[in-house]
Formats: sequence, structure tokens, C-alpha cells
Amino acid sequence: MLRIFSLVIALAWLPFAVSAQELQTLLQSHRDVIIKPSRKSVGPVLDTLVASGLPTVPGFLEAWQDKSIYLRAEDDLFYVGTTGGAGLVLLDVETGAEVVAGIGKKDAKQIKPNGGVRREIGSALVAFQLSDPDIARRTQALDALARALDPAQLGPLVASIDGEPDAALKARKQKLANYLQARFGETPTIRVAAIQNLSSDLSVEGRAVLSQILETTTLVAQELPDGTNVASILTPGEGGLARDVAYQMLVDDHDLPARVGPADIRRALEANLDGGTVGGVPVAQLDSDDMRLRAYDALVTEGAVPARVDAEAMDAAFADWGFYTVYVESDPTITEAAETAQASVKTRVGLSQTADIGMDAISLASIYFLAAIGLAVTFGVMGVINMAHGEFIMMGAYTGYVVQQIVPDYTLSLIVALPLAFAVTFGAGVAMERLVIRWLYHRPLETLLATFGISIALQQLAKNIFGTQARPLTSPGWLDGAWVINDVIQISYIRIAIFVLALAFLCLLLFILKRTRLGLEVRAVTQNPRMAASMGINPEKIKILTFGLGSGIAGIAGVAIGLYAKVTSEMGADYIVQSFMTVVVGGVGNVWGTLAGATMIGGFQKGVEWLNPSNTLAAQTYMILFIILFIQFRPKGIVALKGRAAGD
Amino acid sequence: MTRLTKLMATTAASMLVAGAAAAADCPVKVGVLHSLSGTMAISETTLKDTMLMLIDQQNKAGGILGCQIEPVVVDPASDWPLFAEKARELLTVHEVDVIFGNWTSVSRKSVLPVIEELNGLLFYPVQYEGEESSKNVFYTGAAPNQQAIPAVDYFLEELGIERFALLGTDYVYPRTTNNILEQYLQDKGIASEDIFVNYTPFGHSDWATIVSDVVALGEGGKQVGVISTINGDANIGFYKELAAAGVSADDLPVVAFSVGEEELSGLDTANLVGHLAAWNYFQSAETDANAEFIDAWKEFAGAERVTNDPMEAHYIGFNMWVNAATAAGSTDVDAVRTAMYGQEFPNLTGGTAVMLPNHHLAKPVLIGEIQADGQFDIISQTTEVPGDAWTDFLPESAVLKSDWKELGCGMYNTETKTCVQLTSNY
Amino acid sequence: MQRSFLAQNPSVMWFLAALGLFTVVVTLLAEGTGSSVISTSFVKTLGKVLCLCLIAIAMDVVWGYCGILSLGHFAFFGIGGYSVGMWLMYARTEAIVETSMASSVIPPTPGEVQDAIAAQIFGVVGASEFPAIWMFSHSLVLQLLMVVLVPGVLALVFGWLAFRSRVTGVYLSILTQAMTLALSLYLLQNDSGLRGNNGLSGLQNIPGFDHLPQSTVSIVFFWASAVALGAGYLLFARVLSGKMGSVIRAVRDDEVRVRFLGYHVESYKLFVFTLTAIVAGIAGALYYPQAGIINPTEVAPIASIYLAVWVAIGGRGRLYGSVIGAAFVSLLASWFTGGGAPNINLGFYTIQWTEWWLVLLGASFVAVTLFFPGGIGSLFDRLKGEAK
Repeated sequence: MLRIFSLVIALAWLPFAVSAQELQTLLQSHRDVIIKPSRKSVGPVLDTLVASGLPTVPGFLEAWQDKSIYLRAEDDLFYVGTTGGAGLVLLDVETGAEVVAGIGKKDAKQIKPNGGVRREIGSALVAFQLSDPDIARRTQALDALARALDPAQLGPLVASIDGEPDAALKARKQKLANYLQARFGETPTIRVAAIQNLSSDLSVEGRAVLSQILETTTLVAQELPDGTNVASILTPGEGGLARDVAYQMLVDDHDLPARVGPADIRRALEANLDGGTVGGVPVAQLDSDDMRLRAYDALVTEGAVPARVDAEAMDAAFADWGFYTVYVESDPTITEAAETAQASVKTRVGLSQTADIGMDAISLASIYFLAAIGLAVTFGVMGVINMAHGEFIMMGAYTGYVVQQIVPDYTLSLIVALPLAFAVTFGAGVAMERLVIRWLYHRPLETLLATFGISIALQQLAKNIFGTQARPLTSPGWLDGAWVINDVIQISYIRIAIFVLALAFLCLLLFILKRTRLGLEVRAVTQNPRMAASMGINPEKIKILTFGLGSGIAGIAGVAIGLYAKVTSEMGADYIVQSFMTVVVGGVGNVWGTLAGATMIGGFQKGVEWLNPSNTLAAQTYMILFIILFIQFRPKGIVALKGRAAGD
Repeated sequence: MTRLTKLMATTAASMLVAGAAAAADCPVKVGVLHSLSGTMAISETTLKDTMLMLIDQQNKAGGILGCQIEPVVVDPASDWPLFAEKARELLTVHEVDVIFGNWTSVSRKSVLPVIEELNGLLFYPVQYEGEESSKNVFYTGAAPNQQAIPAVDYFLEELGIERFALLGTDYVYPRTTNNILEQYLQDKGIASEDIFVNYTPFGHSDWATIVSDVVALGEGGKQVGVISTINGDANIGFYKELAAAGVSADDLPVVAFSVGEEELSGLDTANLVGHLAAWNYFQSAETDANAEFIDAWKEFAGAERVTNDPMEAHYIGFNMWVNAATAAGSTDVDAVRTAMYGQEFPNLTGGTAVMLPNHHLAKPVLIGEIQADGQFDIISQTTEVPGDAWTDFLPESAVLKSDWKELGCGMYNTETKTCVQLTSNY
Repeated sequence: MQRSFLAQNPSVMWFLAALGLFTVVVTLLAEGTGSSVISTSFVKTLGKVLCLCLIAIAMDVVWGYCGILSLGHFAFFGIGGYSVGMWLMYARTEAIVETSMASSVIPPTPGEVQDAIAAQIFGVVGASEFPAIWMFSHSLVLQLLMVVLVPGVLALVFGWLAFRSRVTGVYLSILTQAMTLALSLYLLQNDSGLRGNNGLSGLQNIPGFDHLPQSTVSIVFFWASAVALGAGYLLFARVLSGKMGSVIRAVRDDEVRVRFLGYHVESYKLFVFTLTAIVAGIAGALYYPQAGIINPTEVAPIASIYLAVWVAIGGRGRLYGSVIGAAFVSLLASWFTGGGAPNINLGFYTIQWTEWWLVLLGASFVAVTLFFPGGIGSLFDRLKGEAK
């Protein structure tokens, strides 16, 4: 393309082109476009700038892309601006020398190219940046290239591969070169070879290249023109082509008579009113479709309106015309190769997507599990319904937020926040147990009400203290991003962290309950408090500890959930019903049961979402209906306790 | 009530010689109907504060018609039936002259029958789905053609988007907006298989699958863009997941219609730089009026507070109401309504807002890119776009027109040349 | 028989007399009858409170007498409201459409009228066709039947499944909560055809009552609610007296023992559950035309929990207790949130009740469950005790 050609010339002329004020003059001559650039108008200006061959052009383009070009009001010239401690500093576009510092916003107007323009600038910069010593620039160039595959850049790209020191970038360059070959290679053999390379490429970019090669259009013709690369022949009324749509295509493109709809009939009848009748039918009788049709047909016989196109007429038209989808690419060998490659990619993508959904399901299950695990202790083991459990989750999350306000380092604050959240909610849990719940152990339904009261009070308190607006709880940098297994399967680190946390709690709880003295005592107290007491166990102490433990875990879960979603006063309410169901479905009194419940609910919800991806709400509805039905048939949950522990 | 009105009228008539000051009974009461508790308190408390600030300013400037303005604040507590009850209370018990309030569409639909029955006056400040026109409501927020359509145009023209993901929370505003957009995109030549629509519940937090579905749309070899009508808190999880998936705004731009400065304050925006929002106002607009407004707001409500689009809508609406009442010489609803048509008031973003006979404003549309500091960088600003009550892009409503000034009808069928109804559809 | 029943239950008579007196006094003071002491909006509030009292009695019967803590009775209330709301919307829109189409040149076909009504009702939520669920909406009689039938059948099926599997206690509470959550999520979906989050609105405009001002309409509904409450009270008092009542109470106290005595416990529970669901449906059908709008948040789980709280505060196991609880708490709530309560200035902090009211409410639940298990109603017992 012109840009590249001119670049080559420019580079050749480099020593002679240096002269002061040349870039500024050039910029001034395209002033309007540069100040208010648009994706569609910026192309020619970029071409001219690149063609000028001025050595300062790449620097200017980068600055422009960065939104750091300013137009100074005083002299109406372009400057590169940097904002530092001393306000805005303007630098000369040619020399980079500081011209003026510390000026106000009004003195210089910032030029803000939009995303589309920035992309165009990026494309123009590719040629300059491909072999730049700075790896960031090279990466940027490849990103820009990947966004807009331009055949003209194939040459420079291939030329830069050998000199590329970075292995990852080199691989990426080769991949991009392959994409360019597949789409724009000179001979069919080169292209087919490149396309075959794509059959194992799962990346969205690679799939996009295949789709672009296989782009089709719909063609309506009585006779197929020569050299048409037909993808498929369509039959109106079957597959994706409805009869109405097919006929409308004939009407639009080939001037067949248009269909007459009810609204057209109505309008025609209104237009042909003749006294009190239309086509011999009295107006008062025109309140049914039959009569209207009769009147219309009468008008047709009079020749006043066009005839209706009935099913037979449509059939006749369809017999006369063929409907085809046709590849834009005219060479069948290439489209065949691409079809084969695409089929292979699709199978792999399908498999990976299934795996991806599976991971999402596990991740969702671990979130449900984490939210519910505290309940598995307080409700599952102790049988106390704690409706304020969700608010303990919220307290944990707000603890995380407060810590982050005090400790600015995200990693450190997380390390502080986790135990602190545990401590805060442990304390809250113990206080609640001592003040309220212990009076109500023999009245479980009333525990529900009292803790519900605490729940709404805590929620409102949080609102009064922290405001109603969601608060930020930011994860440390090392939890940003995602673990990429292949181009389809990936999962964010924060979700993995939640999964690990859930797993750790599962092990911890199992250990405490099964392997420690405390666990033994907890089980003893929950099964038979009097007997336990007579064996020298202090049931009061055990209840406090257990309740505190369950609440404390909720606090830690709150930090984790806050990191991945949001911190609001209502976040607990979002999880409470779900959590209770998780515990009930899994089977009360058993940590494994909670795990099973969370897995089932998470898996089921993702399954429905997969079948009906456009409506997440439906997935949730079906999940709850499923839970209701499930409990009817297994009232004790998945992992049902047997014998005396079941408490019957 | 009638007795009171009569009394008022006689007093007014007898004191007419004393000047316009007597045309209203003092103090003039302004109802503020915003939720101060419940889910919507997040957004609406700010608007209540805005109204109190505006009223305070107006009182310092001498009030209206020689009277001080007394705000009557009630709390409908994000409970939609309660909105109707409180509106009735404001109009009949407190006898306010005008109400500023509501945020959600459903709360507006709840209030409409009451306002129309009692001939009240409501200023509604939030962007909404259109398809409605009430004689008693002035819509100072954006209609779809003042926010959604220009944003989509920007996607099509400036970013060259060819494939669209319309993500929204499952309620009326996203549903209707997406319906309009789907039709609009198809009219612009985007095939229906290139439009992916998804609805999620309020407060949704599990976005992994949806984000990966959207990323996978790129496999068609077309540039993908996301139009987000996701509401409130759910945005936080959505943007966090987007950032985690490593999706940059250059590859997959997202334009949001419900994300403003206020919502961004719950997020670390470092990973969201370059994503877009479309509004009629951004805090970062560089005008003197805006600087003044922001200063006043920070002084009134606190230094860390931000301003947003519905606040500007109240700012324009309240000032227009003051001017209209002054022009009419009375706070009587019918007189004020007549005086409202053609009222002009400078926008905070520059240019002038005009009240149209269809009770909507003509306002410029701004598109901003999210910056690391949680503010928006305005990269596109149109000229004033007149708000359209009935969209031109859906066949049922394309034939409808709202004109309360000339036609005296909010739902006029231009095809049959009849007024479908005088009340609004709720 | 009737006399002896009332004679045996003096509290029923007292209640009915008090209700009657209250109704008459409110009517005489209402704006609609000209005296304007009580505003129309407050008459509506009182009418709604009566409906809430009716569902509170139902809740008391199912929980306080039969021991089933249902956290889903507002689902039935909502279904009642939706059923009647569909007719109200249809009929109102039909009238508007017919008027606007009457002036057209060619008389409209039934299909065109249907389409226009659908466009009016669903245009708001971006659709334009009638979903199948609106099949009977043209007929008031059928929709009124649905008010009774749908909650009844739903409760019957749900109860049969649950009681048959011996799901009891806390589990049943969570299950009923899941039921109402599922219903509210279902209704929230636009695709379910009930206008999603917007719900049904404008219900206060009663077709056929167009010529009447809302001040009169509000009194009509106030009366209807009072009558329904009285009838409901009488009905439940009858059900709970005699042998059947004893069995129901026995089920609450020891289900297993009743079963061993040869009673079919499940049938009794199912009967109570279904009957109260139907009454809840009727209460809803009267409530929403006064509220003006019904939408899915009305049946969210929290609503049913509040219901349990009203009954707990009012006093379980006493029908009048639940009435007092529902009336007291809901009126108190509207007083506090309406800004009626004066702010308290503590010097360093001002307590604004719109912000602190929920904290107070939450704390009072705890206090009532801990210290007043009998609720407000138990105060009457104490008074009675002292009188003796």
C-alpha cells in the first residue's frame, strides 16, 4: 500500500529530510482533520504524514495516539504535552524541547482521537514499530496488525521475523504472517498451506481468519453466473430462509409484485371508499378479515388495486428463481481447505468450550460453597438457622474495604484483611450467640425470626455507615488476569483463588470436625448435649466456639466474594437463600453434603445457562424449581445422615 | 381543596395590583420523590441532595414569584406501590406545586396514573426507554434517540463495529432499548445473527460465561462491540470479569448507558480505561457553568462527591420550571406547562437545552472514555438532538407522535390522524 | 349454631364489632364522604392494611395454629393480585382502544382490536403480542376464579409433595421460601409474559368506575377489604373451633403423637395450607387495586418474612394478635419512612428515622422473640388476667 511504499522512500531520504518546522507546517495543512479526526477521514492524512518521510512522524503519531497532542490557543500550533507535577508542559513537536511549562487547561486544547482513529494511527505505526528495539512498541505493533490484517504489511512483517530476539513475539509474528498468507497469499498453494496450519489454531483471531475466508453472500438468480463458488443452495421455507423473506428478496431485487398485507388491504379499502360501500361491501360489514378480503378482491377485479400474491404465485416465483449462498472467495480449492480447517477447529473449540463451561461450573460451585460453608457449620452442625449469615459475609467484605483504605498495598492489605475479617465476624458471631441464640436453642423457628431481625438491622447499619454506593475492594496485581490453558479455556486467577480457599476450608473443617478434640466435642454436643455435659464437656463453650467458627468463615468468604464481585450492604442478601438451599440440598450435618450441594447447584445452573445462553434469569428460576423438586424426593439431601445422628 | 383554590384565586385577584408576587401562595412547595432507602437509594439519594441544593440556591437568589421555596421530601423506599401512595400524599396532603423525582421506569409507571388523575406535574430526570408521553410529566433525561442511537452510530461509524453484543439487566429499559437497537442495526444492514442479546438478573455477579461468550463472538472475523444496559451493582462484576479476561477496549469496546461517575466510584478503573459511556453530561465537561455547579455541589455534599447526568437533568429541569413559573406568573400546573414549551436553558456541557412540545429536551449527546481516575474523557459531542417520545425504529411506534402544544395529544397516530389516548400508557 | 359459636368465642364478636366501628368511622371521616379529615391516600393505606391483616390471619392459622412456618404465603398473595390485575389492565386498555378505534373509517376486526390492546399493554416492555397466560384476561369471572384457583392448586400440589415427603420444620420454611423466590424470578423474566419487572400498573383505575373519583373508589375498596377481613376472621375462627381446631393445634404441638392416634396428619396440614393460600390470594386481589401496581418484588422472599414478623410481633396463636401485628407494624413503618417521626438530635449525631427505622425494627424483632414470645396479643391476656 501507499503508506509502506512511501515509508521505504522516506527511509531512503532520511538524511535529507530533516528540517525545522516541516512537520508543524504539514500538520497545519491538515489542521481540521487532526483536531477533529474521524476513522473515515484520518486515512489520507496518515498516508500523507507517513509519506512525508519526516523522522519525527512516528513520534508524533505515538503522541497523537496517546492523546498528548495539544493545540496552543496563543499561537495555534501543535505541541506535545506532558502532565507532571507542574501542570501541563508543552514540548515542540519537532525537537522535543520544552516550550512552556505549567500552563492552564484553557491555554491549550487537548486533541482526543477516538478509539477508531487510534486504531488507524496504530496501523500506520506498525511499519515503524515492527523492528523497534523497545519490546513494548513491537508488541503494540503486532496488536495493531492483528486488529486490522493489512496485506501490505506482510512483507515488512516477514522481514522482521528473523531479527526478532523475543521467542514469544517471534512466534506471534509467525502466526500473524501465517494469517496474512492465508488471506492474502500470492498463490493458491501458499494460501492452502497457510490455511491448513490454521486447523489446529483455537484462537479467536485464527477462527476469525477462517470465517473471513469463508464469508458468504446470498445470491438470487435465475441462472448462476460462471465462476460462482457456491456454498449451498437454499430452498425457501426450509432451513434459515423463510418464504416471506425469500419472496421479499425477489420483490426488492427483481421487481416482482409486492405482497399485500392486512395493513395494505386496510389502506386500499379506505382509499377506495365509494359512498357507504367498498367493492360492493357495506363499510359496516368490514369488521372481519373475510369480508375485507372479499371487498379487496372485488377492487382487484375492478382493476383499482394490485392483485394479492397468494401461495401459488409465490411457489411459481420460487420455481423460477434459485437462492444460493455464495462464497466471496472465488477459488473453490481455498474454500474447501478452509471448510476442512474450520470443521477441525470447531470440533476442538466445542470440546474446549465444554471444558470451559465445566470450569465455570466448578468456579460457581466453589463460590456457593464458600458462601455456604459457614452455614454448614452453624446450621448444618448446630442446627441454628442464622438468617444474618449473609450479613456476616458483608461484614467480612467491608472489613476488607476498610483495611484497604488504611493499608494501601493491596497484597499486604489482603494478608491483614483475611484474619481480621475472621476476627471481626467471629466476635460478631459469638456476641450474637451469647445475646440472642442461646435463649432460643429449643425454638428453632424463632431463631430464624430473631436472626432475621439482626440481619435487617445490620444491613441498614452498613448503609448508614458506608453509604448505599458500592465500595471498591481491589484484588492485588498478582490476582489480576486469567490462567489461560488454551485460547478457549481460561479462568481468572481470582476465581482460582476462591476455589483454593474453598478447598482449604473444606479440608480445615473436615480436619477440625474429624481429627481434633474440638471436633469430637462439637459432634458430641450436637448429638446429645446432656450426655456430652455429663462426660465433662462444657456445651456452652463448644457452642460459642462452633458458632464463632462458622461466622468467622463467613467473614473470610466475604473478603473473597467482595474481591470477585462487589461490596454493598445488600451483598449478603444475594447469597443467603442460595446458601441455605446449598446446605439443605447437600444434606444437613455434613460438610461433604454442602460440597455436593454446591457442586450440584453450580453445575445445574451452568448447564441450563449453556442450553439457553441468552437468559441467565431463566437458569436461576429452573435451578430453584429443581431444588424444590429435589428436596421432595430426597428430603434429607444428597448426603443423608443415618441412624442417631440424623436426629429423628 | 377546591375551597382552598378558590380562596387562593380570590386572594390572588385582589392582590393583583400589588404585583406578581402575590400570584402564588407562599411558600411554594416542591415535592422531592426519591427513594432514600432500599435498593434505589444508591442512586436516588444523590438526586434528593441535588434538589435540596438547587432549591437552596434559588431561595438565596430570592425564591420564586416573591416566595421562598419549601422542599417536601418523602421516602418511597424503593417500593413501587409506595411511589404512587407518596405521590398522592404530596399532591393532596402537602399540595405541592411540582414534583421532582423517580429513577426507575417502574416507579414512574406507578406514579403516572396518580399524577394524571390529580393533574400534578412531574420532572423525571433519568434516561429511559421512551414509548411514553404524559401530559403531566416532563422528561429531562435522555430518550433512546438521545443516548442509545448516537452511541450505536458511534460504534458503526467511528469504531467500525460489525457484530454487536447487547447485554442488559432484565427489565424494561434494557428490553425496550435493545428492541429498538436491534431493529435499528438491522436497518443499518447488520444481520440478525450478528446481534447477540443476553439478559441477566439485577445484581448479577457471575459473569465468566457471558464474557467468554462475548469474546468468542470475534471468531466470525468481524469487529465486535458490546452495548451494555447493565444496571447498577451488576456492572462491578461485569467489568471485573472483563478486566480479568484481558479484554482491552481496543479489541472489544463496551459502551454503557447506565454507568456514570457514581457507579465507577465502586470500581478500580485502571483496567477499564478506554471503555465508553454515552450520556448527555459528564463531570469532566469543560465549561464555566459546569465548574461552578461542581464547586457548589462539593461544597453542599462533600468534596469526594461526583456529579452525574441525572443531576444535570434536575438542574435543567428545575431552572426551566422556575423560569416557566416566573413567565406564567403562577405555579398553577396548566399555566406552567404552557410556559414550559420552548423554554431554553444553558446546558452544563455547553449549548442550550430546549423544551419541546413532546415534553422532552433537545440536548447534546456525549460519548466519554473511562479514565484511570474514574472520570470520563469526552471524545465525541454532538449538536443538540431533540428527544423523541416514540421511536422511529419500531413499526408500532413509528406512526405515533407526541405534541402537547399543537395537537394536545401525547399518542397521536399520524397514519389514522387520531389521538389514541390522552392519558399515558402505564 | 351461629349464635352459640359466637357466644363461645367472645373475641370473634369483639373483633367484628371493632372492625365494623372502625370501618364506619373511617368512612365518615374520609374525603370521599365529604368530611376530608382522612385523605384519600390514607384511606387507601388503611384499606391495604386491612388486606395485610387478612393475610396475617392466614399466616397465623398456618403457623401459629398448625405449626407450619411458611415463608411463601406472599407468593399466593401476589398471584391473587396478578390474576385480578390482568383483567383490570385488559379491560381498561380495551376501553381505550375501542374509543380510539371507533373513529376510524373502517370498523376494526376483532384481530385488530386484540393487536392494538396487546401493543398498548406490552409496548411498554418491548413486545406486542398476547402471551398464552393472558388467555382469560378478557373475562372478569374467569380471572376472579383464578384468584382462588391458582393459589389453591399451587398450594395443594406443593403441600401434597412436601407433606407427603415429611418435609417439616425449618426445611419446609426454606422450601416455601424457595417457592416464592422461584415465582418472583419467573415473574421478573420478560419472557414469562407478565411484563417483567414493570409488572401490572394503573390498577387503581377500575373499568366501569371511570366516572367515580378515586376518593369514592378508595372507600368502596376499603369496605370490600373490611368485609373480606371480617369474613376471613369468622371463617378461620370456625375452622379452629371444635374438633378440627383441636387436631390442628395438636399437629403443631406434637405431630408424631397425632399420627399415632390415627389421624391423617398430612390431610389436615394440606387443608390448612391450601385454605390459607386461597385466603391469601383473595387478600392480594383486594390489595393491589388499591396499591395501583404489582410487580415481582412484591413476592420476593423478604415480603413473606415480614409477614411472619408481623404475626410474631402481634402474637401467634391468637387471630386478633396477628391483625394487631400487621396493622401496627405496617402503619408504624409508613409513619417512620414517611418522615412522620421527629429526628432525634444527640448532639454529636442526628438520628434520622428514614435511615434508622430499619435498625429499630430489626432490634425490636429480636426483643419481641426474646422477651415477648406472645407478642402484643399477649398483653390482652395479661389484662384479662388482671381483670380477674
